[in-house]
Amino acid sequence: MTPALIDTDSAAVESRPALAVSRFAPLRRPSGWVAAVVAVAFAAWVLFLADGTPAGPAVDDPGRFMVTVLDGVTFAGLLFVAASGFTLIFGLMRTVNMVHGSLFLLAAYIAIRVQETMVGRSRNIVPADVGVLDWVVPLLVGAGVAAVLGLLVQQVFLQWNEGQEMRQTMVTLAITVVLADQMLREFGGLARRMVWPGAATHFLSIAGERYPTTRLFMLALAVLVGVLLWLWLTRTSVGMIIRAGVDDRQMVRGLGINIRRVFALTFLAGSFLAGVGGVMGASFAGAAPGTDGSWLLNALIVVIIGGLGSLRGAAAGSLLYGTVVAFSPAYLPSQYSYYAIIMTFGLLALVLAVRPYGLFGRPA
Amino acid sequence: MTAILEVRDLRAGYGASVILDGLSFRMEAESVAVVGRNGMGKTTLCDTLVGFLPASGGEVRVTGRRVDGLTPEKAATTGIAYVPQGRRLFPSLTVDEHLTMLARRARGRRWTPDAVYELFPRLAQRRRQGGAELSGGEQQMLAVGRALLLNTPLIVMDEPSEGLAPTIVDVLVDVVHRLVSEGVAVLVVEQNLRAAVRLANRQLVMVSGRLEAEFTGEELLVRPDLQRQYLGVGSTAAPYKDGEPA
Repeated sequence: MTPALIDTDSAAVESRPALAVSRFAPLRRPSGWVAAVVAVAFAAWVLFLADGTPAGPAVDDPGRFMVTVLDGVTFAGLLFVAASGFTLIFGLMRTVNMVHGSLFLLAAYIAIRVQETMVGRSRNIVPADVGVLDWVVPLLVGAGVAAVLGLLVQQVFLQWNEGQEMRQTMVTLAITVVLADQMLREFGGLARRMVWPGAATHFLSIAGERYPTTRLFMLALAVLVGVLLWLWLTRTSVGMIIRAGVDDRQMVRGLGINIRRVFALTFLAGSFLAGVGGVMGASFAGAAPGTDGSWLLNALIVVIIGGLGSLRGAAAGSLLYGTVVAFSPAYLPSQYSYYAIIMTFGLLALVLAVRPYGLFGRPA
Repeated sequence: MTAILEVRDLRAGYGASVILDGLSFRMEAESVAVVGRNGMGKTTLCDTLVGFLPASGGEVRVTGRRVDGLTPEKAATTGIAYVPQGRRLFPSLTVDEHLTMLARRARGRRWTPDAVYELFPRLAQRRRQGGAELSGGEQQMLAVGRALLLNTPLIVMDEPSEGLAPTIVDVLVDVVHRLVSEGVAVLVVEQNLRAAVRLANRQLVMVSGRLEAEFTGEELLVRPDLQRQYLGVGSTAAPYKDGEPA
């Protein structure tokens, strides 16, 4: 045996324990550059390479590109409103509130009915019939009902299950099923639509493309909601207490703060936001049975991307998700357009591979 | 006269394991240190007093009112403020927000955010910084300041000197003595015997969930035989020799 062989042998013997350890070690996470490479590839594809897609490369059709960007950002606004309340409730109470989607849909239905009453017609309402108040009052009524119902759910069903997250999740899931049936009975199975106020319904010309101002109106509302929420959380003592509670609930209680009152307030605010999202969503895309489930899913995806419990995460997650939803159908090769929905889950997988707790999330 | 804190036969534990095994003591407006080795139940005592952990027996009274069996928020409003081990500041909040969130109830009382800033001028300079960006000493000042805002007759501090520079410990000692002179009772749990003796004139030795002995002044610090007996400190490994760290 040559000395070299002996050397390799002993090296192999020595490395055996190390191998055994690595077999049981967790999978190594890809580092951030994986996400960077994907982002660069995505940008290069959209800008230069996307021949044979419905939109074509951005350098050839900048107008279409601009419109797609705006579609993404405005949809992100709606996503943010729907997800912010969800993430607020989760962050403080560690409750995955499955009722969120139902409150979204219920507020939408109620607002539509109130709007019909205010306009005095239940069919063929056109934006010209709808004054700003005919949209804002139904919004407040719908969101208000959602807020009160959300508070009721929390007080009646969740309060006495405090700290038992799985049970709370199952209870809220059950309520979702009951509410879905009751809404079907009350509002029927046909899709309904809330009508934007006439004042917000115009068209802009963006690089030669017509673009509806209602989408920008929706974005402006979302920004307003975001700013108000941010002010509430950073400038008021209740907001500070909520943020402190997200960090360390027990310590907040140790400071003599009645956490149950804070929980109730958070549920009220979170459910109100679900309702605002619902009314915006009903104006944007209509309301129908199943809208509740799909918007619960949307909110879940946004907060999983952004990190459960983080408001900044909800904003970042909404932007990413909105962008992917807008770009996938436009920039996938035409024969693959069906697969646009898969891109959403590709995004989810990518974010979770690089940051398992989401972009701004922390371990629970 | 009712004591500020009166603990009678207090028992607590986790599941079947008993940690506090019948503890009794009382304190007036004074500082008292509970000393003992690791794992003797010192932190469990603090957690039980403030209501983080339910007591399984006995009773705790603060200025005559029962607090055992109360939720942490009720215990705090009845009269216990807590400076926990590791400070447990809120990473999302700035220094100022830690105090502002409690300001409303402190209004018009002895300790307001302004009074805390006056006590710890270094905190005033760091108002806008996050709780996690502070040095260990500043974090401890903030944790103490936060507790002061509750304006309670009793403050419980768990390992307040842990990881602090000697000059910061001096500040802490001053603050505790000042609080006592203003009529507040301060219960300090300490692993560090030297700090315990400086913070409190009376020291209770905790062994396996019971209070085994009581000392005053520096007696425990200058008697290695007592340290060996109660704290299990061997002569070869004695961390204190003639009152100085070996």
